[in-house]
Amino acid sequence: MQDKRLTVFVQTITHYLNQTTNGGINLGTPYLNDNSEPMAYDYTGIIGISGSHKGCVYFTAPRALISHMLVKMGETDLSDSNFNDMVGEVANIISGNARQELGPEFMISVPVVIRGELEEIHLPDTVRSYVIPLFWNNYRAAIVVSLENKS
Amino acid sequence: MYSMMIVDDSNIMRRKIERIQQGTQFNIVGTANNGKQAVQMFEQLHPDVITMDLTMPEQDGINTIPIIRQLSSSVRILVVSALSDKATAIKALQKGAQGFVCKPFTDIELQDALCELVED
Repeated sequence: MQDKRLTVFVQTITHYLNQTTNGGINLGTPYLNDNSEPMAYDYTGIIGISGSHKGCVYFTAPRALISHMLVKMGETDLSDSNFNDMVGEVANIISGNARQELGPEFMISVPVVIRGELEEIHLPDTVRSYVIPLFWNNYRAAIVVSLENKS
Repeated sequence: MYSMMIVDDSNIMRRKIERIQQGTQFNIVGTANNGKQAVQMFEQLHPDVITMDLTMPEQDGINTIPIIRQLSSSVRILVVSALSDKATAIKALQKGAQGFVCKPFTDIELQDALCELVED
């Protein structure tokens, strides 16, 4: 994956979090991670990618960060289903917004949400993942981009 | 007062839109979490306005818009989606939507788009 593509995801997550949390988001330096050991926090929202690229984009975050985000949004229902919904929606928005740069052939699935370890997902074994660390209000989260370019 | 239906597979997004509309000229009469449910609900409720997500399970928004448009030529449909490319927006408008708001949106952006929708 080219650095330009990575920049697209950095821009979309920055825009999303700045708008929904009124700023204060810091991004760490992206790094490559081996797909045999995917990194995850408590909740992970995964978007499958097809069309011009193949793979997935996921947002993973600890429960405390998601709780804080929900409260910031004005949400009073802090049920487990809304925690799942939140990580799925963040992953959906980041991936969907990337189409502005990557085009309509960057096809995204509906979100799949996993709690805890990522044993249930299979990342492409021919590429490594870019992990984009996020820091907000002393919380850590990450966007993980694992894509093969098909075009 | 306009009756309004929210179609989105995300509960927190449906609730966010509901919160934004509290005390405005839009009265939420129903919510649906996919296109099929939206069509069934539309036939019962006949809302004046619909906010429509595009990426949803079972039946997506792009395929739902023309079905609803066939049922009513007067309903106003605002697409509220994360799919931010121009081609998708144009396709949604060609299928029968009248407006497009990209997620993430602010309260004011959504409110302005809905007001424009009913003023046209």
